[in-house]
Parts: sequence; structure tokens; C-alpha cells
Amino acid sequence: MKSVIFSTAIKYLIPLLLLFSLFLLVSGHDTPGGGFCGGLLAAAALSLYAMASDDTASVKKMVKFDPINYIGVGLLLAAGSGFIPLLMGEAFMTGTWTKVGVEGSWVIPIGTPVVFDIGVYLVVFGVTLLVLLSLVEENRGN
Amino acid sequence: MGLVVSVFSGFVLCFFAPLINKLAKNLCGKLLALLPLSLCIYYLTFIPMVSKNGSKLLSYPWIPSLGINLSFNIDGLSLLFAIVICGMGTFILLYSDGYLAGHKQLGRFYVSLLAFMASMLGVVLSDNVFTIFMFWELTSLSSYFLIGFNHEKESAQKAALQALLVTGFGGLAMLAGLILLSITSGHTEISTLVLNASSIQQHTLLLPILILILLGAFTKSAQFPFHFWLPNAMEAPTPVSAYLHSSTMVKVGIYFMARVSPIFSGTNEWMVIVTTVGAITMLISAYLAIRQTILKKILAYSTICALGIMTLLLGIGGSLGATAAVGFLFGHALYKGALFMVAGTIDHETGERDITKLGGLRRYMPITATGGIMAALSMAGIIPFLGFIGKESLYTATLHTNNYSVLLSLVSILANVAFVVVSGMVVYDTFYRDEQTTPKNPHEAPWTMWLGPLFLGVMGLILGLVPGLIGHSLIGPAASAIIGRPIDLHFVLWHGFNLELGLTAITLISGFALYIYKAKVLSLLGPLEVILSYGPLKFYDLLINGMLSLASSQTKLLQHGYLRLYILVTAIVGSCLVWPHLISHFGVFDFEGWHDIHTNEVIVILLICVGAIMTFTVKSRMAAIISLGVVGYGVGLVFILFSAPDLAMTQFIIETLNVVLFMLAFYHLPTYEVTTHPTNKIMNIVVSVSFGAMAAVLVLVALHVQLFESIASFFGKYSLSRAHGHNIVNVILVDFRGFDTLGEITVLSVAGIGAYALLKLKMTEREEIEGVNK
Amino acid sequence: MEIELALTIGLLYGGGLYMMLQRNIIKLILGVSLLGHGTNLLIFTAAGLTRSWPPIIAKTATAANENLADPLPQALILTAIVIGFALTAFILVLFQRAYTVLGTSDTDDMRATDR
Repeated sequence: MKSVIFSTAIKYLIPLLLLFSLFLLVSGHDTPGGGFCGGLLAAAALSLYAMASDDTASVKKMVKFDPINYIGVGLLLAAGSGFIPLLMGEAFMTGTWTKVGVEGSWVIPIGTPVVFDIGVYLVVFGVTLLVLLSLVEENRGN
Repeated sequence: MGLVVSVFSGFVLCFFAPLINKLAKNLCGKLLALLPLSLCIYYLTFIPMVSKNGSKLLSYPWIPSLGINLSFNIDGLSLLFAIVICGMGTFILLYSDGYLAGHKQLGRFYVSLLAFMASMLGVVLSDNVFTIFMFWELTSLSSYFLIGFNHEKESAQKAALQALLVTGFGGLAMLAGLILLSITSGHTEISTLVLNASSIQQHTLLLPILILILLGAFTKSAQFPFHFWLPNAMEAPTPVSAYLHSSTMVKVGIYFMARVSPIFSGTNEWMVIVTTVGAITMLISAYLAIRQTILKKILAYSTICALGIMTLLLGIGGSLGATAAVGFLFGHALYKGALFMVAGTIDHETGERDITKLGGLRRYMPITATGGIMAALSMAGIIPFLGFIGKESLYTATLHTNNYSVLLSLVSILANVAFVVVSGMVVYDTFYRDEQTTPKNPHEAPWTMWLGPLFLGVMGLILGLVPGLIGHSLIGPAASAIIGRPIDLHFVLWHGFNLELGLTAITLISGFALYIYKAKVLSLLGPLEVILSYGPLKFYDLLINGMLSLASSQTKLLQHGYLRLYILVTAIVGSCLVWPHLISHFGVFDFEGWHDIHTNEVIVILLICVGAIMTFTVKSRMAAIISLGVVGYGVGLVFILFSAPDLAMTQFIIETLNVVLFMLAFYHLPTYEVTTHPTNKIMNIVVSVSFGAMAAVLVLVALHVQLFESIASFFGKYSLSRAHGHNIVNVILVDFRGFDTLGEITVLSVAGIGAYALLKLKMTEREEIEGVNK
Repeated sequence: MEIELALTIGLLYGGGLYMMLQRNIIKLILGVSLLGHGTNLLIFTAAGLTRSWPPIIAKTATAANENLADPLPQALILTAIVIGFALTAFILVLFQRAYTVLGTSDTDDMRATDR
């Protein structure tokens, strides 16, 4: 399913799409987006490129690790974020927030739900990429 | 607190048993035996308190809403059992160390045995009926593992399952009885139930409660007609038989009857049921015991007989019945445990278990023989052994009861005659007579294996000579707990020349006579065999086989393997369940609002409809996949139009990915070649139309019917203030309902890894084939 | 609009089920996807439709406006969409494999495991 034009075009789009997916993840708490959307978009960008160029190796190089690792790390982050409130005497997965920044000028609230969302992002990204990349590899086998 | 620790220490230790076994190797059994030994010593310290008829109660709330507390109570009866359990446990662990030495799954054996011991302690020390039930079931479970310890043997599997099913059935019946009891009385603690005995006795539900509870006790204590599982359970290694199936677990039924007897005893129902079942069990098992030739089977049936005697005595009740029951029980625990261990030793050292092929062993294993002979003398009820006192008190109790005194005394004599014969068979046939050749050369067992029988045999003699050692410290308090008030104890060796002594003489003489003329008597009783072959075991087999064939036939009918028919049936049943509800709501909706639609919305709806119709009508796979994509994008547009930007975004990405997915899988997918039969087609269309209409009406009805108040306002109200997020949908996903999301991403991971594994499997297979071709 | 959407959902349900009742496994997969779309729409519509009030709290507000669309069904559907994708991927791969191993695309010939 090799398509030169498509693969070249998407190659230049990948950094943009990945950046956008991170934006979706970060801003998802306040505007449309979030871990699900972001993870899917990132995976879609990479797997579209892999399909168009028939080149899974370079995609794997781009993401550094085997996609299956992202699933594990994501699940650990998501579940692990639930344990933080336990340390503070709250129930499992109670949202716990703290503020980071300089008082008076800029303040960003950081909380366990943010960590959780990052976990969701990684899981969705890992699962989608894992399945699609293996399908591409499998296709090339024929 | 110490009580609680003592119960749970076994459960804790059992987890470390395999490790200890690995490290300490041959010392393991001896090390582990230190636990029951120290527990036994700990329980002995309660004697001073208990002998003044005191008791100690500890209670921790566990599931207070159901009235279930983790409460422990130690009184005379509990203490007696706890001491027997730990004392026997010590010897059994030592004995296993020798008997199973070198077995490769010894660690697992110790796990089950320690768990069993702890569960037993839990049963006898708990005060709450439901806690008792929990531990009760744990004993059934650990017994299942122990009976089936040699799990490669089919007979062991069968016997273990049989024991579990029979006692499990009884356990469930008992649970039902206990629930009824706690509902009718409003109490769940034995100690308070006893105080409300009179109101329970007058309750209309007394009989069902009694029958259900007794079913539990009877199955556990192998009373007729549930006795058949116990002889089969002899498949277990001998230490297990000696521990579970003679001295402890089977007595837990007796224990529970004794425990609840202050509540029920005195009613006619109790007296009739318990006494009758006990008497029938005694007669049948006495006959069955003497016609066996396998050592362990003889002992098993004689154990059932002894359990029958205890049941009978509890049925008779009163201070005489209670004293006799406790005295007999203690004596039995000593000699039967010893005899089982002796039987195991003989089997272990000679390789032979049939008494007709054994003889003259006392020369080779003198210490085992000494222990065995003393235990047998106690069993035969010969003065001055503890068994003698037990038998005398049995006769006293049956002679002094008001109802059917003669009949019950006669049954008791017959049972004891059988005991005399069994004693002869177990020790005389094996240790005396002429030597016979056995598969192994007989020799004395290691000390771990003869210590138990010898100690228990000697204890039988010492306690018989000086019954005062246990009289007021153990027997008296236990008997008082059974009848629920302090008793005037009569527990001595010599009663003088009275009727009981006369009956003993008759018992012994007929016993010797029967032992000598056993073969003749058995052939005279031959016709009985025919009746017995239609026993409860046959019924059990019939029930199990019937159930299995019913299961397989209904599986064949329902699990036919046609996927489309499964879906069809599910859809039809689903529609049939939903339609009546929808029809009853037909009035709530109308079609007035149909014109409230914008032009762009019309286009979206048309897009979805055309896509859907294309999907199921087109003849090409590719076209169908594309049409499905159109439907997906259409759905995404609906989300945009109706204020769901998150959904729309996700839907568009997913749709793109879906198309990628189908394209990638396309080459390996089959073409549209199979066509459905025309008659099936009509059926399918009818069902599908009805299903679709159901969905449409469901939406319309759901729009107008609100069963519960909407919780949307909660999320809107607190999204920003508590969860610091403006996007409520995202806040729900990662915060308010984060736990659900965690579950969902877990499912996602499993599905992804599953698909990946399937693909990888395929690839490696192909690589292998290619490798072969090269 | 609800009425038109209800009819559309009925079409998706009926069509989805009809495809699932076929013996061909690829039709079965397509049917499951159609049914999935129908179900997402069903939850969405049954909760009530709201035009142009996405469930996002305005920058200046402290709590949600009452007119906002119900966020709960949206959260449900969002995860359903993603899970639906994973499900489709899994059955696609599974059926692909069943097809190559068994050499048939007819579910009537795949009964061996159930008998």
C-alpha cells in the first residue's frame, strides 16, 4: 500500500500532528481534548505514515521504545496516580491538587487527574500503535 | 487477643510451610509440630478458669450490618476440642514427617494440614454462628485437598469430590438453618442464642431450623444416610485419615450438635431425630465394620459407629447423656487416632493393608504393637482403660433414659460388641497369629511414627486409672456446656457391681464369641448384602450421573455452535423482554416535533441512513467498508451539531483509524461468498426489523420517561471548584469517574495485546514454515 | 430532530443485526460496527439533544450554566468509541486468523469448538 505522495506529505505533518496531540492532552482539562483524543491522534499520525511508506522500522525508531511498553507505563501511571491520595489519608483515586509557580504572577494547578490523563494518553497511544504497526508488518509479510 | 492469635497462627504458618519444607527438609514436620504443641500448652492454661465453669468471650465487629462478628468464646466444650485438635495435631505432624518422608509435594501437604487445623480451631472457638459456618466450610475445603492429595489417582479424585459434595450440601443446608435461626431469634451469637432457647423452642419454624442444622451436622459426622463418604475418604494418606476422619473433623458435626443442644435439647423433635439417626448409624456401621478386611476401612466404619454413639448420647441428653458423650468422645479420640496411625505404620512398613494377609508383626515392631494393643483394649472397653469408662457411661445413659430404654441399650450393646470384634481384627490378626509374607520386609517404624500411638495408648491407660485428671477439669465443664448448666459429675472407673457391669460382661463375651465365629455369622447375614447394595451410595451415584447427563444433553441442545443462531435467539429474547415495557409506554411520545430540524441536520441524517443502507446492501466488501466509514463520519457530525466536541474529535480520529484498520486487514479477509438460505433470510429480516423498531421506540420512550433524577448538575456544579477543570466531560473521565476509566483502559490494553499476540503467533508460524521451506 | 434520529438509530440497529445474522464473518464484523454506531447514538439521543451548548464551563464562570449539554452520556460514549475500536481491531485479527487456519469464512463451519 505504498504511496509516495501521501507518505511524503504526512512525514512533514507528523511533528505538527504530534505537537497538536500533546496540546490536546495538556489543554484537555479545560477545552475539548484529553488523553483519549490526544493518544489516538498521535497514534493515527504515526500509523498513517507507517502504512503509506510501508516502513515500520523508522516509526519504531521515532517512538524509541516498542509500543507495548507505552501500554505498561501508561497503566502504571494511571493506576499509580490513584495511590498518591492514599498517602495523604484520602480514598483511592481522590483527586489531589497542588499549585506550582510563583505566587502572584503565574500559578498552574497540578493534580493526580493530570497524571491519570497522561496515563490514559500513553495507553491509548500504545494500544493503537501496537495493533496497527503489527498489521502493517503482517501485511508486508505477504 | 491470645485466642484470636491462636486461631489464625495456623493460617499464617501454612503459607510458610513450603518454604520451611524446602529449607529444613527432614526436620520440617518436627518444626511445624511445635506450633500445635505450643498452642496445646496455651489452651491448657485455660483449664483453671474453665473448671469453674467460666468462659471467656472476645468479639470484634466484622460485618456488623449482617450481625456477623468475629467473636470467640472459650468454655469447657471448646477447650476440650481445642486440646484434642492441637494435641492430635502435634502427633499427626510428627507422624506425617515419617510417613510421607521424601514425598515431593510434602510442602503442599503441610499447607493443607495446617490450614485445616486452624479452621478446626476456628469452628470450635467461634461464638458467632456465621463465623462458625465460615470455618466449617474451610474444614470441608482443606479436607478436599487432603483427601485428594494423591491427585493422580482417579479414586482419590472421586473420593475427594464425594466428600466435598456431601459435606458441602450439608453445609449449605446448615447455612439456611442458621439464617432462619438468626432471623427468627434476632441473635447470631451462640452465647445469646442459648439464653433465648425457650422462645426458639416454641417457634413454629423450629422443625425446619432443626432439620437444616442437623443436616449439616449429620453430613459432616457421617451419620446415616450420609455415612458413605467417610470410608471412601480413606483414599487420603493415613495421617489425614487419623486426624481428619477419626479424631477431629468428623467430630465437628458432633461438636456443633453439642454446641446447639442447650438451644434445642428438651424438644421432642430433637430427641426423636438425633437419637434415631444415631441408633440406625450405629447398627449399620457396626455390621459393615466387621465384614471389612482392609485395615483402614474397618477403622472407618467403626469410627462411623462411634460417631453414631455420640449422636445417640446427645439425643438422649441430660447430664448423664452429656457426660457420656464427652467421655466417650475423648476416649475415642485417643484410641482411634492411635489405631489409625498403627494401621498406617503397618501399611507403610509391610506394604500390606489386608488383615487376612498379615500376622505376627509384634516381633518386628514391638513399640507400635504396644501402642496399638493398648489402644485396642481401650476400644474394646476393657477395664481399666478410658474406653471402659466411656462404655460404662454410655450404658448408664441408655439405661436411665425414659423412652425406649431397653431398645437403646440393646443397640449400644450391639455396637460395643462390634468394637470388641474390630479390636481383635485390628491388633490380634495383625500382631499375633502366624507370620505371613508381605510385599516389604517388616521392621519398626521411625520414632516419629511410633511416638503418637504409644503416647495415646498409654494416655488411655493412665486416664482410665486416674479419671480425676480430666474429670473436673475437662469432662465436667464440657458436659456442663452441652446441657447449659453446671452438672453433678460422675466420672469414675469403678461403679461397683451394677447392671452396667453386667452388660459389659455380656458385651465382652459376645464380642469374643463373634470374633471367633465371625465367618459363620457373616454368611448367615448374607441376605443383608442385597439390601445394602441399594444403599445411599447408589443414590448418590445416580444423582451425580443424572446431573452430568442432564448437563451434557442441555449443552448439546443450547450450545449447538451456530453463531448466527445464538445471535438470533439473543435478539429475539431481548426484543420479547423489552417490547412489552415499550408498548405500555406508547402514550408518552408523539411525532409532533418532527419539523424541529435544520437543513444541515437533514443532510447529516441522510448521510448516515444512506451509508447504513449501503453497508448492508452492497455486494462488494470494499464498498461496504467505505459505507461504514460514511456512517461513522455522519455520527461524528451529529456529535458536532449537538454540543459534543470531545466526542466528535474522537469519533473522527477513530473513523480514520477504522478505515486504516480495515484496509490493512483487507487482503486477508474473505470475500462475500456465502449466501444465506431464503427461508432463513425472511426470518432474519423479520427479527431485524423488529429489533430496529424496538431501538427506535426505546429512544422515543426514553426521552419522555425519567426513572431517576439526573446527576448531570452535580458534575457541572463541582467540576471547576473541586476538580479544577472547565471541560466537564474530561473531568468526569479522569476524576469523578476515574475508576471506570481505569477499568476501560485496562480492557483496551487487554484487547490490544490480545490482537498483537494473535498477529505475532501467526507471523512466527509463517516464519517457521518459511524456514522449513528454505 | 429526536424523532428523525430515533428512526436512524432503528435503521442502524436493524441493519446491524441483519448483518450479524449472516454466515459470512466479514459481514458479522461490519454488523457489529453498525450496531456500535447505533448504540452510541442511542445513548446520545436518549439523554436529550442540546444545540450549541458544549459542556465546557465558561472562562469567567465558577460553575456550569444550566443550559449546558449533559456531560455524563458524552463521557460514557467517549470511552465506548475507543473501546469499540479496540474491539473491532481484536475481532478483525481474530477472524483473520480463524479464516487462515480453518480455511473458511462461514461461521456454520466454525462449530467445532462448541460441540
